[in-house]
Amino acid sequence: MRDLLNLTAAQAVAAIKIGEADASELHALYRERAGTESINSYVSVGDAVTPESVDAPLAGVPIAVKDLFCVEGIETRACSKILTGYIPPYTATAISKLQEAGASYLGKTNMDEFAMGSSNENSAFGAVRNPWDESRVPGGSSGGSAAAVAAGLAPWATGTDTGGSIRQPAAFCGLVGLKPTYGAISRYGMIAFASSLDQAGPITRDVTDAALMLKYMQGKDEMDSTSTGMNEDVATPSNESLAGKKFAIPAPIDWSGVQSGVKEVFDIACKRIEALGGELTEVPLPHADYALSAYYVIAPAEASANLSRFDGVRFGERAADPTGLTDMYERTRGEGFGPEVKRRIMLGTYALSSGYYDAYYNRAQQVRTKILEDYAAAFANCDFIITPTAPSVAFGIGEKIDDPLSMYLGDLFTVPVSLAGLPAISVPAGLATSDGSAAVEPDADGALPVGLQIVAPHFKENALLDAAYAFEKATDFADGPWTWSAS
Amino acid sequence: MAEYEAVIGLEIHVQLSTQTKMFCGCKLSFGDTPNTHTCPVCLGHPGTLPVPNHEAIRSAIKIGLALNCDIAPRSMFHRKNYFYPDLPKGYQISQFDPPICGEGELAGVQLERAHMEEDAAKNIHVGESGRVQGASRTVVDYNRGGTPLVEIVTKPDIHSGAQAREWLQLLRATVKQLGVSDVNMEEGSLRCDANISIRRVGQTELGTKTELKNMNSFRFIERGIDAEIARQTALLDVGEKVSQETLHFDPASGSLTSLRSKEEAHDYRYFPEPDLVPVAPSEALIDEIRASLPELPLQKAERYEKELGIATDTAKFLAFNADLGAYFESVLAVAGDGADTKRIGDWVTGELIARIGADANPAESKVTPEALARLIELVKEKAVNNTGAKLVLDKLVESGGDPDAIVESEGLAAMGDSDELAGIIDAALEANPKAADDMRAGNMKAIGAIIGFVMKQTQGRADGGEVTRIVREKLGL
Repeated sequence: MRDLLNLTAAQAVAAIKIGEADASELHALYRERAGTESINSYVSVGDAVTPESVDAPLAGVPIAVKDLFCVEGIETRACSKILTGYIPPYTATAISKLQEAGASYLGKTNMDEFAMGSSNENSAFGAVRNPWDESRVPGGSSGGSAAAVAAGLAPWATGTDTGGSIRQPAAFCGLVGLKPTYGAISRYGMIAFASSLDQAGPITRDVTDAALMLKYMQGKDEMDSTSTGMNEDVATPSNESLAGKKFAIPAPIDWSGVQSGVKEVFDIACKRIEALGGELTEVPLPHADYALSAYYVIAPAEASANLSRFDGVRFGERAADPTGLTDMYERTRGEGFGPEVKRRIMLGTYALSSGYYDAYYNRAQQVRTKILEDYAAAFANCDFIITPTAPSVAFGIGEKIDDPLSMYLGDLFTVPVSLAGLPAISVPAGLATSDGSAAVEPDADGALPVGLQIVAPHFKENALLDAAYAFEKATDFADGPWTWSAS
Repeated sequence: MAEYEAVIGLEIHVQLSTQTKMFCGCKLSFGDTPNTHTCPVCLGHPGTLPVPNHEAIRSAIKIGLALNCDIAPRSMFHRKNYFYPDLPKGYQISQFDPPICGEGELAGVQLERAHMEEDAAKNIHVGESGRVQGASRTVVDYNRGGTPLVEIVTKPDIHSGAQAREWLQLLRATVKQLGVSDVNMEEGSLRCDANISIRRVGQTELGTKTELKNMNSFRFIERGIDAEIARQTALLDVGEKVSQETLHFDPASGSLTSLRSKEEAHDYRYFPEPDLVPVAPSEALIDEIRASLPELPLQKAERYEKELGIATDTAKFLAFNADLGAYFESVLAVAGDGADTKRIGDWVTGELIARIGADANPAESKVTPEALARLIELVKEKAVNNTGAKLVLDKLVESGGDPDAIVESEGLAAMGDSDELAGIIDAALEANPKAADDMRAGNMKAIGAIIGFVMKQTQGRADGGEVTRIVREKLGL
């Protein structure tokens, strides 16, 4: 019998359906492992479950849930101290859809507080360790989800991506991370960071699993008036030839901030695409240089409003013995929010304040419009746009925590895509040395994964998944440390 | 002393009476047990999102069309950020620019805009005073939180308390006619703030304005505005400046107290609500709503005047006062064809209002439309004279009942051309020979003494006109 823990989710579904595996046993195995993990990827593990039916499309395969998603009856905190004790009376639509398709809830995964961060060091539950090298970060904000999947503690997990929070941790952990088109999946029940950017999506071992999860998470939801669902059914990715497909590299890319090993892996990936029949080209994205600046105005501005509800009045933690209303607000928020969240609330409040609104928020929205136009023009001349997912390999825990600006620069390649609301996937492209200086072979000591980001036009997820699948099939990239022996 | 002109703009909040709240499915209700109509969305739970109520959007368009506003083909919702326990999300979803209803006009008053927003919940301060000062604790009832509102903002086109009152009555009647709100001031479904400034006549720029908050009756609005105009005039007369502040009018003492100065004004940090898509009503929808508009008070006043022969002022008074107008129409309905519509109008707007008060709803009084119609018919038939009819109305207002029975039991039946009346007039002429002589000499004013005598003898049942006619006959005049 196959080692159940080394199956992808789609393989597990198939094994259960033919009676080769038992869903309850699978859940119990993962639950046991998740309960004894050492990388701090889980903040809580759910109860044992008896899956209802192996006939359900997901056949009772367990799923790990980022702590940003509300699950009825289960403490949900977005890994913030301020939500201590908060037990939602409802379940996020994306999660209930997965459950309706048969997935069983495994546990809550660690994350950067309110999804703010790129290293998973901003959690009230402490930093998560990257299973490839436990002295390093797994990326963020969906770091717990990525680490859990990479460490074989879950077959797959949900993540959320506002400026790269699915793609970057997937890249750092050697996994597939898909950020669908904005609106494809309902945001209802996802604790809001930046409403116009937040997007749920899968973090999986392979492209097939990403498609399977998207299939059941997507859909228009009457509880989210900005949700659209997909325009077409999500299909299982097929190994279609890349012949004639145009893959564009934004030009010019400033490679000075990119580790040389990451650049090397990217170059190899480009050659691989060509070898598969794809055509490499270049497109200008003239306003991409301003994307980070615009993002770090818009996202904090929306966050400053979204986080206003955490005031100690109705739920979560309230400061002890307040002397009055203002004191209660100030101390509740002062004690409840971590430093990165406070930083962004301050930035956002400032950007929206009268006298600065036009200079910052309005200008940032204008930049966003320009970026959208850039992409529309670019996709008139290509099928996909490719970049490295992140400019570096996973960095050390504590390395950048006191330098928020260098941390923000790590979102260089993911943020413009988020501003435009486009679908993008990060697929493992290869390995680099632990200092990121050179591409290396899979068996090299201390090698760390590098992701390839592929971006598609709005709602072209099926084409995107097909391209990613073809690329995945052609890589000799090793299975990650998620290939665990059951012993 | 300089001549001043008051310049007043009004901001009116209308609570829509939709089935459910603005952004969630909770039931709307007034006066229910606190916090029984709440859900994760209107309590602002993490992860929840607003979903717009299409009935509320229709109602807002309806109000806009009735106020001759331009309906925006695409308007936005915005977040208005501030912290208060009655505001669950820490921001109110409102509309900044563009609002769903742009510029408009009603009865000569220009409108700036009418926009949609959600109401806050209600803080209840527990303590002796019931106010936040000195409260031992504050509890919140979220039943009201998320109620759909339409905020109507006028241009500074109003110049007196009386004009403000009359216009507001028209506005209230107009909205009421649309059936989109209870417009009940006591229950807060119609709330009005006034921005008031004064300037020298002939001056074009506006003076410093003050804001008069939350006035909950038409009478207080008129009095409050006039009191504030007087206060500002007195300040300017002695060379002082008006400072920008928010005021509260205390109807009991007639005094104005300052709530806060504008220097502490909030920076609301408006920005487009990213959880909602723009409101984009189709032309077809707007046309459909326009076609569904009922007869509005201004049209009604015109009809009363032209078709029912009612004097302009009375017609407006009836049409602009929704309750009164509705009552008037029910009296007309009972009275049937051939009724004296003008007389009915005068009785409703005159004698009845004098007894029950201008702000009262006559439908809630003890005077049924049937009773009033019958009373007016009795007057028309001269079965009771005016004096007697007023006494009957007193009784009706006090304890209701049937006018015929009251006339009977109180002995108020008019005497008409009876032998009894002739006899009493003979006795009056006999008792007042000088008055009779004066009249013969051409001084008809002297008849007052005769009428007084007759009225005293008949306890007012005689008809003055009838007495005059008989006296003239007897004296051969």
